[in-house]
Amino acid sequence: MTELMEQAPAAGTAVPAAHAGVVGGAAGAAAGGTVVELTMQQALNRALADALAADDRTLVFGEDVGRLGGVFRVTDGLRRRFGARRVFDTPLAESAIVGMAVGLAMSGWRPIPELQFDGFAYPALDQIVNQLARMHYRSRGTLPMPVTLRVPSYGGIQAPEHHGESLEALFAHVPGLKVVSPSTPREGYRLLRQAVADPDPVVFMEPKSRYWDRESFDPAAEAEAAEAAATGPGSPYTLRIARRGRHATLVTWGAMVKRCLEVAELAAEDGVELEVVDLRWLSPLDAEGLAAAVRRTGRVVVVHEAPRRAGLGAEISALVMERCFDALRAPVARVTGYDVPTPAGPLEAHYLPDADRILLAVQAVLEG
Amino acid sequence: MDTSESLPLAASAPLAEPPAAADSGLLRRLYRAMALTRAIDREALALQRQGVLPAYVQVLGQEAAQVGSAAAFDPARDFAFPTYRELGAAMAWGVDPVGYLASHRALWHGGLWDPRAARFAPVNAVVGGPVTHAVGWALGARLDGTDGCALAYFGDGASSQGDVHEAMNTAGVWGLPVVFFCQNNRWALSVPTEEQVAGGSVAARAAGYGIAGERVDGNDAVAVHAAVRRAVERARSGGGPTVVEADTYRRAPHSTSDDPTRYRDRSEEAHWAARDPLELTRRHLLAAGAADAEWIAAADDAARRGAREAADAVSALPEPGGEEMFAHVFARPTATLREQQSQWREWREYQVEYQEVAGRD
Repeated sequence: MTELMEQAPAAGTAVPAAHAGVVGGAAGAAAGGTVVELTMQQALNRALADALAADDRTLVFGEDVGRLGGVFRVTDGLRRRFGARRVFDTPLAESAIVGMAVGLAMSGWRPIPELQFDGFAYPALDQIVNQLARMHYRSRGTLPMPVTLRVPSYGGIQAPEHHGESLEALFAHVPGLKVVSPSTPREGYRLLRQAVADPDPVVFMEPKSRYWDRESFDPAAEAEAAEAAATGPGSPYTLRIARRGRHATLVTWGAMVKRCLEVAELAAEDGVELEVVDLRWLSPLDAEGLAAAVRRTGRVVVVHEAPRRAGLGAEISALVMERCFDALRAPVARVTGYDVPTPAGPLEAHYLPDADRILLAVQAVLEG
Repeated sequence: MDTSESLPLAASAPLAEPPAAADSGLLRRLYRAMALTRAIDREALALQRQGVLPAYVQVLGQEAAQVGSAAAFDPARDFAFPTYRELGAAMAWGVDPVGYLASHRALWHGGLWDPRAARFAPVNAVVGGPVTHAVGWALGARLDGTDGCALAYFGDGASSQGDVHEAMNTAGVWGLPVVFFCQNNRWALSVPTEEQVAGGSVAARAAGYGIAGERVDGNDAVAVHAAVRRAVERARSGGGPTVVEADTYRRAPHSTSDDPTRYRDRSEEAHWAARDPLELTRRHLLAAGAADAEWIAAADDAARRGAREAADAVSALPEPGGEEMFAHVFARPTATLREQQSQWREWREYQVEYQEVAGRD
């Protein structure tokens, strides 16, 4: 018997209340209502801790998320604080991790499972596509699936094979799934709270190359914003304008937001003002917000890490044509990974969109 | 082709010890559910022949395995996870037969009963998938501190899928309250068990997971019920999961689209027909003095009436409206889905108008 079951109480015993201490690592160092500087990894840790504290039906589980605190330490300290009944390690079985999330949701829990790396989502794809995404539909809404599936994603850290993949087009293609990807620590905190509160299954794609980026923000304010987004009259699935500009629009998400902001800085030196759209939600995609942004410049470059063929860039390009063809002053350009498996080591830098490739595309749409 | 030599059970195999007289209520309950299952199975086949159901998967021959296992559970606190050939389990569990048949009438893939209220999951055709759901549900029950037990249905074919291993291993590691109920019906569509299950037994795998495993005569409802009852009691008392393998036989084609003469001999079907689950239960009833011929005839009549009513009711169900396509994807339809739904409606109204003008059907 493992610790999980040793600690499982007898029938009727209440879930032990979380003590109000500090979460592992530097996360959770501040009380609510104050601004703290956190890395993305700490911000996500804080969001998980706050979600676990706010709702005692939430559960965090996956490979190495308990004792170790996750290979990226995103779940660091959570087991110590919330106990092995609510934060636990599973056997190395991705399909069962997602399948159990389905069963747990059917028994009224709100699971937050982790798949350790993007490439390890493939072994779980049957459960994600055939089961998790469809149980609400199959049961005509009687079996809701409020599951947040965390997947450390994308490349940029020269990891081994299967540790640097971009699966968003795959997930976004699946009816019944929502897909979101944060770009900064603040976004990570808010969007993770929003994903956990969402009534439907959400694939939460964490940009692992940005885990160590830092940002100052007020988690309590972000939690309120997440709550307001979820309960307000408008759609909670909105994009964000990461930088204003009037000459051309870079449309991107996840780890590439930072790169596009760097590109915008470089372009500004030449007097070119680039707007940077951080899509955040890839499904549902904020088509209205996208069209409004495109209308401001009429020139669009989509940037993503995933291979180009049938990537989300194609969907975005089609949406732009359908909704604001009249406003386009140049063909939509795409800067993406190549149609090859994510390459190893030093070649990764050649594969991922870099500043020069993006600037070249910007030049093309400005001249187009 | 003669595979009957390898069959584990001869037609003359002994029955399980008849239950004590106090259990005559159970014997009658088992028989009524099996008779209803048999009668609905017949009606459904007829409906398929009449074109009311686009296809059907008969449960013929597996009534004892399904009813005997489901009847060992408490539908008020447990939860069952079926695949797509679980009519007998559904009937023993108390699932609405009309809602169940609605899946075969292709009105809604998962069926039209309320799976949350019935505690019987929707129909599932990826046959290993629901086995992991049962483990998750059992974990949830354990964390809630209830004594609920999950029942996972799967077959010899599904036992080859990785999900079944992941589910059994995880349940074994955590000692979860799950009964893994394998109906080994000898044929995974056209592939016999010998070419499907290494070692010949799914129950034997339990030893490797450090959990209990038991093989049982799947055509004897009393034997199945007793084995599953032991497994449920073990689970409720914290003894962990059990694999129960019921040796039975799919006497009908895989589905109404299948032609079993391409892969098996008719004599094999006849062999198993001689160990008919309903006949065996009738023998139990008579031997235990739990019923006489008159009671059995009345039970058969009631089953036929119930089946006819269900068949009529499912035939009369309205087809779902097109809005249904969009309504259940998410808890609330997204802007995109609302947009697509209004596009669909506009197109549909145009079609209807055109048909009226053109006088076409």
